[in-house]
Amino acid sequence: MPMVPEMEIEASKTAAAIADSVRMSPDRIDEVRHAVIEACINALEHSHAADREVYVTFQIVGEPGDPEKLRIMVHDNGIGFSPESEEPVNGGGASKPRKRHHGLRLIRGMMDEVEIRSGPGGTTIVMSKMLKAGAS
Amino acid sequence: MTESLNITVDRREGLAVIYTEGYINNQGGEEIAKAAYKLIDEGYKALLLNLAGTKIVNSIGISILIEIIEKMIEIDGKLGFCCLTPTIEKTFHIMGLAQYAPIFSDEATAAAQMRS
Repeated sequence: MPMVPEMEIEASKTAAAIADSVRMSPDRIDEVRHAVIEACINALEHSHAADREVYVTFQIVGEPGDPEKLRIMVHDNGIGFSPESEEPVNGGGASKPRKRHHGLRLIRGMMDEVEIRSGPGGTTIVMSKMLKAGAS
Repeated sequence: MTESLNITVDRREGLAVIYTEGYINNQGGEEIAKAAYKLIDEGYKALLLNLAGTKIVNSIGISILIEIIEKMIEIDGKLGFCCLTPTIEKTFHIMGLAQYAPIFSDEATAAAQMRS
């Protein structure tokens, strides 16, 4: 998806539609939406990706006819960051930079599993939500 | 595809209520801040944000709401929230807003508490 204003809303709507198709509860879908929005904003605000693209992939994980969880991967080809410090590797460029860890904290609070892979080739946030509460 | 925020303000005796409709992102947060600072300039020290019309808040919007809370603390005023979706309430707890600003389930209770 191109990095344009409110692309995060479009990505979150797609996530919501997929989560709804596998009968996730409305409250859990809402949490997925917020996490997708934060992951996209993270890429928008901090990646400095030359291609100005965010790649969002959705997977339904589980046995056929018995889905277990929704996995979402949000990738950018940006400068990466150190997940330990959770700040951009080369600093932020925004006129009024917001702290990256706010969004990552929200993602961790909303999703059941979160993994951050980051390096010179970009950043991928892999996050999963079990279809049913307490199933993880 | 724009999901801009609409704001309406209800000025009451000793309390102003800000109603939001739409997405609270950076622009939405700035709109709320503009309204809040105007009300502060008018002398209001108790502000209530009714978020019944808002389903999505992002971390940048929340950062701006935190700045408003800090401003209210600075002037010895108070800011409260009401009518939040369960996810937005969870978001506020994760981000620490709930420590500094009360959250109410409905506007009537909020208004009574905020005036006391």
